[in-house]
Amino acid sequence: MNASPTNASPTHIAIELNGTQHTVPAGITVVAALSLWANGVTRVSVLGEPRAAFCGMGICQECRVTVNGQRRLACQTVCLPGMVVHTTTPTKPGHSA
Amino acid sequence: MSQDADAIVIGAGIVGAACAHALACAGLDVLVLDDRRGGATAAGMGHLVAMDDNPAELDLSRHSLTLWREWSRQMAVDCAWHPCGTLWLAANAEEMDAAREKQDRLRASGVDCALITAQTLQGLEPALRAGLHGALQVPGDAVVYAPNAARWLLASQPQRIRILETSVLALEDHRVRTAMGATLQAPAVVLANGIHATQLCPELPIRPKKGHLLITDRYPGTVHHQLVELGYVTSAHHSTGPSVAFNVQPRPTGQLLIGSSRQFDDTSSAVDADMLARMLERALSYLPGLADFNAIRSWTGLRAATPDSLPILGPHPSRPGLWLAVGHEGLGTTTAPASAQLLAAHITGCTPGIDPTPYLAQRFGALA
Repeated sequence: MNASPTNASPTHIAIELNGTQHTVPAGITVVAALSLWANGVTRVSVLGEPRAAFCGMGICQECRVTVNGQRRLACQTVCLPGMVVHTTTPTKPGHSA
Repeated sequence: MSQDADAIVIGAGIVGAACAHALACAGLDVLVLDDRRGGATAAGMGHLVAMDDNPAELDLSRHSLTLWREWSRQMAVDCAWHPCGTLWLAANAEEMDAAREKQDRLRASGVDCALITAQTLQGLEPALRAGLHGALQVPGDAVVYAPNAARWLLASQPQRIRILETSVLALEDHRVRTAMGATLQAPAVVLANGIHATQLCPELPIRPKKGHLLITDRYPGTVHHQLVELGYVTSAHHSTGPSVAFNVQPRPTGQLLIGSSRQFDDTSSAVDADMLARMLERALSYLPGLADFNAIRSWTGLRAATPDSLPILGPHPSRPGLWLAVGHEGLGTTTAPASAQLLAAHITGCTPGIDPTPYLAQRFGALA
């Protein structure tokens, strides 16, 4: 295999997960990256329970995370170089912050 | 005659639940009938707000807020009591004058409130757009999840309050005919079924006023108070055409509940895309950051509006044994406690805590 280094897609890219830099295989989804680096937890429920991707196909909404400042479904979002991902902040019932 | 209860309450929304609770507190055995169609209680925001469009409205809401604060000490956690207060936002000098007048009126009746400068407002709510002139802060206002508050009130006195799931077909003197084929009897029958009241009492001057709400995903810490534009008073209350006004509530989950819209003569439950768009444009003009947020759901509800926007509380002018607690428009959750106390005082013959006259059905004539 003689792929030219200038044309080849990188095999790995760097993204930021909850403030920490990670190198992940190119082309994987954010939910896959989270399962590699953060036990797959995407968010914390209203009652304080951890949540992870369930359906993996954009329906169940369990894998909501913040990507570059916007709320996205981790299972429907492919990692891109320099992407900043935050799993959501826990809140307690009765507290607004 | 044999009776099925001391009082029958029709409607288990927040007003019916509060009436049942107040009557049970007065020692009556209460039977609550509800067909689970749902109404404004399930659709609304649950904003508990001292409203002062006229002295009677202020009397009822102020007295109710005192009762809500007492209830909050025992209320179930799922009622989501949140004493966040209200910020009435002034977008220009004219609205700042309106804020000052509102402050004077509220203070004159003992409601704690204070004008805040644009700079203080920016510090309290940094997500608001720059350039607002200031706000009136009413710290005693609060937020509650009304469907659960209604359930909590109904469950508060199991010895005195029974609930039967049935629809009511007709009202006769002291009697209620249900869809289950029963005729139930009580010395007092209380009509507290909001927008559905005219099906049983077509003579009541109640018109549906449709509203839209939208709720976002969870964005904790974005907004800290219930935010309402002072233009609300002019855009929402004193017009007959469709109108929108900025009104945003921080839910304890970190979600934002976004309102508000008003439309007469549309009784469909469908979300009207044009009204929703107008409402959201208004919201974006105050909270530009909303543009990056995800909406989860939008829905509509019907407010039961009377010609003078005050509820109807007291005896039916021409139907013996029938008592009215209807027509609360958008303030049913706020004013349920004092409405219920007033009605219970009527029924038990006690002296009410506030002047009952402005709320009597007789203000609209005989209603024969």
